Amino acid sequence: MSSPALHEPFEAIDRQRLSAALGMWVFLASEILFFGSLFLGFTVYRSLHPQAILEAGRETNVVFGSVNTAILLISSVTMAVADKAAERGLRRMVVGCLAATAALGLAFLVLKGLEYREDIHEHLVPGPDFKLKTPAAQLFFGFYWSMTAIHAVHLTIGIAAVCLFAWRVSRRAFDFTASAALPSLGLYWHLVDIIWIFLYPLLYLGGRAP
Amino acid sequence: MTDMTAESGLTAPRSDTYLNHGSTLWSWLTTTDHKRIALLYFGSITLFFFIGGAAATMIRLELISPNGALFTNDGYNRLFTLHGVIMVWFFLVPSIPTTFGNFLLPLMIGASDVAFPRLNLFSWYLNTVGGLLVVACLVLGGVDTGWTFYTPFSSMFSNSYVFLAVAAVFVVGFSTIATGVNFIVTVHALRAPGMTWFRLPLFVWTQYATAIVIILATPVLAISLALIAAERLFGLPIFDPQHGGDPVLFQHLFWFYSHPAVYIMILPAFGVVSELIACFSRRQVFGYTAMVWAILGISVIGFFVWGHHMFVAGMSPFAALVFSFLSFIVAVPSAIKVFNWTFTLYRGQIYFEAPMLYALGFIGLFTIGGLTGLFTASLPIDVHVTDSYFVVAHFHYVMVGGSVSAFFGALHFWWPKISGRMAPDGWARFAAILMFFGFNFTFFPQFVMGYLGMNRRYHHYAPEFQIYHVASSMGAVILAAAYLLPMGYLTWSLFRGQKARANPWGATGLEWQTSSPPPKHNFDQRPVVTERAYVYHPDQESPRHEEPNAREPHNPQGQRG
Ligand code: HEM
Ligand SMILES: [Cu+2]
Repeated sequence: MSSPALHEPFEAIDRQRLSAALGMWVFLASEILFFGSLFLGFTVYRSLHPQAILEAGRETNVVFGSVNTAILLISSVTMAVADKAAERGLRRMVVGCLAATAALGLAFLVLKGLEYREDIHEHLVPGPDFKLKTPAAQLFFGFYWSMTAIHAVHLTIGIAAVCLFAWRVSRRAFDFTASAALPSLGLYWHLVDIIWIFLYPLLYLGGRAP
Repeated sequence: MTDMTAESGLTAPRSDTYLNHGSTLWSWLTTTDHKRIALLYFGSITLFFFIGGAAATMIRLELISPNGALFTNDGYNRLFTLHGVIMVWFFLVPSIPTTFGNFLLPLMIGASDVAFPRLNLFSWYLNTVGGLLVVACLVLGGVDTGWTFYTPFSSMFSNSYVFLAVAAVFVVGFSTIATGVNFIVTVHALRAPGMTWFRLPLFVWTQYATAIVIILATPVLAISLALIAAERLFGLPIFDPQHGGDPVLFQHLFWFYSHPAVYIMILPAFGVVSELIACFSRRQVFGYTAMVWAILGISVIGFFVWGHHMFVAGMSPFAALVFSFLSFIVAVPSAIKVFNWTFTLYRGQIYFEAPMLYALGFIGLFTIGGLTGLFTASLPIDVHVTDSYFVVAHFHYVMVGGSVSAFFGALHFWWPKISGRMAPDGWARFAAILMFFGFNFTFFPQFVMGYLGMNRRYHHYAPEFQIYHVASSMGAVILAAAYLLPMGYLTWSLFRGQKARANPWGATGLEWQTSSPPPKHNFDQRPVVTERAYVYHPDQESPRHEEPNAREPHNPQGQRG
């Protein structure tokens, strides 16, 4: 039972699927250290300058942040459903769910863009005319911009991959049931989601407790 | 004893090899064959070795005179930065894994390729993009921050092409990560039937451990460099002291990568040397299991010693003590390896062919490098020698005396497999010996002058150090000749060299049981493994003498499936 999805150097499709998943997990481990360094830096500054970081934290727009969190969580659900549907060979369901996932991802980016516009308008970009007077408050926004931008880059890559995939599945270009590409893509998508789940309290909730 | 003659291995000798399976440039640029990708990488790292080497030559030339006669201060800064950046990230980190690792890993475990062949090709293209960026940086005028890119100089003040250099290293880092992912999955998923973990050749173990260090350390470098770029391009304060940022945080992140990175550079060399020592003393590797645990131990403990690069940068005395202690601990597994190599030689039948000379040279030079690492790891001594030529000598003993020697050893050992031709051994031995002497001649004086107070990264120095600098520069001429020689005779051997048999050294590894050079798909049949690695002689007997051209693999690892 050799599937068209099977390719060199593998001899059995199961092993190939496992290997693709392992490869993705290994890459995600790498990604965690990538973002982990940012979280570490943020934590260090938070303990060095607690007041300034809290003060700056109150300036982010919690409405945008919360709505975006909800959007990403839902996109992870549609992604998971696409994966399950692929296992059962439900082609239209797969395409539909992938399209929804990509659309939600795009919605996140659009909202993020609007939020950035507002941030710029409110002088939240570090520099000479920064809104807050405490110098260390700018550190918070140094991290805010870098973290969210790097997250957005990851999300953009994810959206592109999801679209490409949906397109190939809808064209019947490959054996999506046997291929390990979809579960691996799913893993990546969930990681991008989980990173945001950590960013959200860090950037939007700090300093807001009464 | 299955007295297999060298030619009756797992693959019949043949005329269609991986080398002539398609000969257009296009067939090379789109290949997913791990052996061809290894050769593509050979091209890249050789090029960068020469660019880095040219920079080194100019540094040595400049240091002959104590007054900085040839270059401006700024020019000199750019020179040693470029040398460091290129040698570390474009030569040494990729060197053994991407060439010998790519070529041999699938062969040694009996697979037909790495797990993700297209990702493998992609990694070479990423490497090339990184290479182009660094060359662009060089052509436009270079960078002057030192290979360590310390902030705030790199992010706020440096007036050079920091962004290009940082981008180049960032990109090439992802190329290395791709290779790492590939190797880990390959070792897990594609071992031939019977190739259990504790039958793996030590070279495979080191590639595996290196891959783990690569995927866990490199992302931290990537993000640190990205943050420098953010600070430099967009003015985001991350490490900026004016806003309460902490430049020492950058150093922590950088060394969290860069100490493990020294193991990325040395572990593959350990693997090579284990193969060579076993084969040329016809002995089982002494303490195979201890070797495996030492490799894994190094890769784990190596993550917890980075602070020894920052003893004078401002850290609590308690932290310094802990880092110092852990640095001593990490030397233990390295020492275990050195002792085990030595014990492997004991009562062996030693053949002093070129690869073996490189391996023996490695052991001596690595031992000196490792021991001086302990000097620098002890606080009172380090305060005295930090940022001096003592440190420069220390890491050149490990990285150049160690890893680069092992690279050349590997090149001579696997040359028959890769090219199908034997290298002329007389010349090769001459080059190996020349390299050993040239190396010591170049770098030993640096220990002395460093200890006496010569600072690193300065081109003006007190006249009493001139004698050491002149000696070092003279040694560098010899060393350069020793590096150039193989270029000549190896090229010659491609055309005129004696044709290689499948297993010219009588080695036991699976890679020797396919033809030289191997066919595109590696083995005619999937091999089945029934032996441990390195069974050069029965357990309770010492190896017996064999005529050099009649060495037998004894119990080779693979059998027909
Ligand atoms: C055997 C265990 C080792 C120990 C205990 C050790 C210890 C040290 C210490 C304490 C320093 C910092 C000295 C200073 O800056 O004052 C240092 C520097 C260095 N070591 Fe090692 N080392 C070891 C092995 C290695 C290996 C295997 C390599 C490379 C393959 C290596 C490469 C380097 C480099 C590149 C530097 C200098 C970095 C710089 O400042 O530019 N070391 N080592
Ligand atoms: Cu270190």
